[in-house]
Amino acid sequence: MSTATFRIWRGDVNGGKFVDYTTEITEGMVVLDAVHKIQATQANDLACRWNCKAGKCGSCSAEINGIPKLMCMTRMNTLPTDKPITLEPMRAFPSIRDLATDVSWNFRVKQKIKKFKPRPPDAPDGTWRMQQEDVDRVQEFRKCIECFLCQDVCHVLRDHHKHDEFIGPRFLVYTAALEMHPLDTEDRLPELKQAHGVGFCNITKCCTKVCPESITITDNAIIPLKERVVDNFFDPLGWLWKELRPKT
Amino acid sequence: MAYADASMPQRRFGETTRPDAWWLQPVAVFIGLSIFVVYSTWAAFQGAHYWYGANGANYISPFYSPEIFGNSPHSWFGPKPAWWPAWLLFSPALLVLWAPAGFRLTCYYYRGAYYKAFWADPPNCAVGEPRQVYLGERSFPLIMQNVHRYFMYLAVVFIFILARDAWDAMWFKDSLGTSHFGLGVGTLVLVVNVILLAGYTFGCHSLRHLIGGFLDEPSKRPVCAKGYSCVSCLNRRHMLWAWMSLFWVGFTDVYVRLCAMGIWHDFRFF
Repeated sequence: MSTATFRIWRGDVNGGKFVDYTTEITEGMVVLDAVHKIQATQANDLACRWNCKAGKCGSCSAEINGIPKLMCMTRMNTLPTDKPITLEPMRAFPSIRDLATDVSWNFRVKQKIKKFKPRPPDAPDGTWRMQQEDVDRVQEFRKCIECFLCQDVCHVLRDHHKHDEFIGPRFLVYTAALEMHPLDTEDRLPELKQAHGVGFCNITKCCTKVCPESITITDNAIIPLKERVVDNFFDPLGWLWKELRPKT
Repeated sequence: MAYADASMPQRRFGETTRPDAWWLQPVAVFIGLSIFVVYSTWAAFQGAHYWYGANGANYISPFYSPEIFGNSPHSWFGPKPAWWPAWLLFSPALLVLWAPAGFRLTCYYYRGAYYKAFWADPPNCAVGEPRQVYLGERSFPLIMQNVHRYFMYLAVVFIFILARDAWDAMWFKDSLGTSHFGLGVGTLVLVVNVILLAGYTFGCHSLRHLIGGFLDEPSKRPVCAKGYSCVSCLNRRHMLWAWMSLFWVGFTDVYVRLCAMGIWHDFRFF
């Protein structure tokens, strides 16, 4: 039976420090198992949020060896154990205690985004008709589990703390899911350009790299939204084409 | 305390708890792009050895195509015009190279890559940055990146011109001046060049949007939907196409240049 040392950040909003814990590792363990073992045997007061242990609730987000990951989906055999494994809370959000952070800002951001506004029903019974290929694109975005790892790794939030000006990759994905929905009629582009700050994204693709659901955030959500903003605000030839093209 | 202020303070430049060689990728991008920029700038200013016509061949460097004014048989409007100011350096490449250069400079892939490699913004994911101020692409100068689709239009035109150059490279003149279909190493170099550039250009994010991505109901426009599907297919490997085409377009210039200088000899298969 092997052992691994975890260098876990202990503290709260006022500060903290890394503390080393060495624990036994068995086959099939994930980082969250090790944290639970440390909680049970060495640090009963270690705060850590978790729920499903199946990569679906998005609760156990943390930074493992500096990379935002879900603790429940990070197998121990993927981490080198010859050096201490660092475990930190997400840096883009205020610390509550130890590995738990206050992610409430995300829920407030979500409330600011214009809601789904469908066109009038297609049928007299109040239902709509959609083609599968029209909803294929937005279905990818519905895989999001709101773990906020993408928000955490985004340097606009993480390093530059633009929480008041930029909604972050998670909510650009959410906006894309609404904006590209075949039934939706709402226009969110003015907000995207201004209040939601899509222009802050400089396409590092870090959000895509850390997404546990493998959503192609940058290429399929953010860049298409940037292009839609260009359509509306930065493309005079496009405006001319819209005026001159044959109307169908 | 404001919410954002309560999150952890910004890390110093390069500070991270990542134990891997996170610096390797930006350094590789920095070296790769720097070599290309330095070489292509040097090559563009040479104004010579950009066309190879020995042994009946007809190869032109992609840096110099289309040759609007120039001395090779590829020139559209003859040699350097008399009205060209004497004090202004002339090279056929300088008249055209700004378009593909602008296309790559404003490309979504390259933007992300060079922001990391040249501006450390950030140096890599979850690694501390050197600056505290951040404007992003929503204000000058980076708001100008929104011009990308216009460079894409030009880049598409260039693909057809370079395809014509590759076609011309398949025809070799004999001693009587008659053209015969043939194949030299240079022909293959030019053909591969246009294929790689087309793979990069036709996988462009802006093209993907304009051809069908703007639609919420693509099923109502099947031609657009098919186009979107094709561009998306190339777009999934956009980074790979970007690097392969960058390397090969540089190599194509090297090949034509060294052949034209007599250092390399073009082998002709038939």
